[in-house]
Amino acid sequence: MSRNPYVRPVSKTTWYMRNGRYRKYMLREVTCLLVGFYSFLAIFALAVLAGGSEEAWNAFLAAQQNGFWVSFHAAVLIYYLVYMTFDWFKLAPKAMPVQLGEQKLPDLVIVVAHYVAWVIVTLVVFWLAGVV
Amino acid sequence: MAIAKKSVVWGLFAAGGTVAAFLFPALIALFLLVATGNVPEGLQYGAIRGFAASLPGKFLLFIVISLALWHAAHRLRVVFHDFGVRMDKTVARAVYLVAAIGTVMTAFYLYAI
Repeated sequence: MSRNPYVRPVSKTTWYMRNGRYRKYMLREVTCLLVGFYSFLAIFALAVLAGGSEEAWNAFLAAQQNGFWVSFHAAVLIYYLVYMTFDWFKLAPKAMPVQLGEQKLPDLVIVVAHYVAWVIVTLVVFWLAGVV
Repeated sequence: MAIAKKSVVWGLFAAGGTVAAFLFPALIALFLLVATGNVPEGLQYGAIRGFAASLPGKFLLFIVISLALWHAAHRLRVVFHDFGVRMDKTVARAVYLVAAIGTVMTAFYLYAI
């Protein structure tokens, strides 16, 4: 190695702007904030339930019934599906390749299996919640 | 030993990611339904309290929320690094502390229901 190796200057704060793949990575990773947000929203709901008052629960539901939360949840749902869920499924065969003897299970099979499982899980949640 | 410990941490992270990818769209959709005024039957007071009071309900809610929190905390730690913040120890302590507080709150409220 030379005494003064050339270090290509790379910005620590804006490096992902150079490349579409890096940008997509960042767009996916920031969804962790949404995971945290909805986790704490669920914890808040549990806190209201633990209070044991039906009026408090109805007030909690009513407080969210406005245009702001409708557009917020709708925008988040679309963003989350595109950048977190569907991206996660796309990466699944790379993160968890399935080896069958000499051969690898085709990527497409793994991806499709994820979508099928996701539809089933979503339907179960909706069934539990009385939506379907 | 280091490898064994790491695999547990990684396993929890991956499990949390699976929960976040598979379950969270449905959770967001439920909040969206509530916001539009179409509160599903299962989210009416009696039904949701009954669910959270049942042992399988408690177990499911605790697993889902705690894994998601752990997963989000770990990813947020990396996101801080990616945005150029180089105080990993401080960041790690802060995000894991918040996740731990959330986990304890979940356990406490579920116990109280």
